[in-house]
Amino acid sequence: MPLELFLDLYSPPCRAIYIFARKNGIPFELRSVELGRGEHLKPEFLKVNPLGKVPALKDGDFLLAESVAILLYLSRKYHAAAHWYPPELQACARVDEYLAWQHTAVQLPATNVYLCKSLLPYFSGQSVDPVRLDRLLGKLKPALQHLDREVLAAKPFLATEQLSLADLMAFTELMQPTAVGCDVFQDWPRLAAWRARVEAGLGPELPSWPRSWCRDCWSGSAEGVWPGPLPCTLLSQ
Amino acid sequence: MGLELYLDLLSQPCRAVYIFAKRNGIPFELRPVELLKGQHHSDAFAQVNRLKKVPALKDGDFTLAESVAILLYLSRKYEVPDHWYPQDLQACARVDEYLAWQHTALRSSCTRAMWQKMMFPVFLGEQVPPETLASTLAELDRCLQLLEDKFLKDQDFVAGPHISVADLVAITELMHPVSAGCQVFKSRPKLAAWRQRVEAEVGKDLFQEAHAAVMKVKDLPPADPAIKEKLKSSVQVLLQ
Repeated sequence: MPLELFLDLYSPPCRAIYIFARKNGIPFELRSVELGRGEHLKPEFLKVNPLGKVPALKDGDFLLAESVAILLYLSRKYHAAAHWYPPELQACARVDEYLAWQHTAVQLPATNVYLCKSLLPYFSGQSVDPVRLDRLLGKLKPALQHLDREVLAAKPFLATEQLSLADLMAFTELMQPTAVGCDVFQDWPRLAAWRARVEAGLGPELPSWPRSWCRDCWSGSAEGVWPGPLPCTLLSQ
Repeated sequence: MGLELYLDLLSQPCRAVYIFAKRNGIPFELRPVELLKGQHHSDAFAQVNRLKKVPALKDGDFTLAESVAILLYLSRKYEVPDHWYPQDLQACARVDEYLAWQHTALRSSCTRAMWQKMMFPVFLGEQVPPETLASTLAELDRCLQLLEDKFLKDQDFVAGPHISVADLVAITELMHPVSAGCQVFKSRPKLAAWRQRVEAEVGKDLFQEAHAAVMKVKDLPPADPAIKEKLKSSVQVLLQ
């Protein structure tokens, strides 16, 4: 059985893994797990990842959760080009530093913006709460400022002089709110320039981002009801 | 100038780094940064970590933040025994998986539990609504169950048969609510047994030394108004 990747491409970390595997010519079977249909909560999937989340990997009998762990596993197993996760001690440490920091500094606030702007309004039928959206954008701002004013002032990519796993993760996370109309790049010129560099570096493997994303995304689920508990705990931050 | 580690042992990730460095005989200068005095906001410390957080590392001109990155850097640079961060592809992946998961799971609930149960009422003199604390403790319980069922399972350690950096990160987190009086290990014999194993591997003296400060936090006098003001805005998020 070949490598299986359990992904929902509407999830940023899933996109990072998908792009990475495609870009590195890693052969895999895509196992689509539609979050909008609650497939992540079903028993068959929970056998793959008891945490009930995507992405997940199955390599023979070996099961693995967590996007950072999966990216590192793939880099190592398939001997990806060194720039993705460099062998040099300090360069590698910079990638590790970003990958650790981003969980709470980028992923959490960026996801909350996306939930507030797109997912929750669609499923609740209510319009976007502008006060809440503004507050959530405010929580993402410190990370954007740090990346734009400090990190990218010193180098072209987030961890090293070249495209790495750090950039891949950041890119897919920051595209999430951007794709649904909250352009997180608009006030940050260095970040915008970095985005262009990443897109150029990733090339045609990049899946296209349909503008009508939220409509297309949820049109498949029955009764327009989000299955399972709404991820509201994220929004309580 | 040799390796410098900027730590406050009141912080869980600082304890993990401290224990790791000491256990592996890594020579370093300890640079204390007292969080409760707001020292992480100083200009001098900003030179080490612009994000104003501990732990931070300075190795010559090289500075590094994030406990996970620091632990991996130290593992590699000082060529510690393999089990801490294994070469084996799958064994390493298990460690990575834990280290990634814990940021928004166990870490978050342990910090909140300790602050809501102890730091806010005792140190800052702020009452925490009982529903908030109850919800936090429920979340902590959920994370502890995942730690047992998904990670530890029937293994001796979190990522496999041998102790790794994952265990240090986990144990130091769990000691946080313990310091606030939460009976984390009482009804969880599997976790209690794992704790004993980790303490034995680390060395009881080192383990106790690393946790001395946090275990005394409950006896701290209330913060003076100047400190309260300094800390207030940055810790409000821990009430959610």
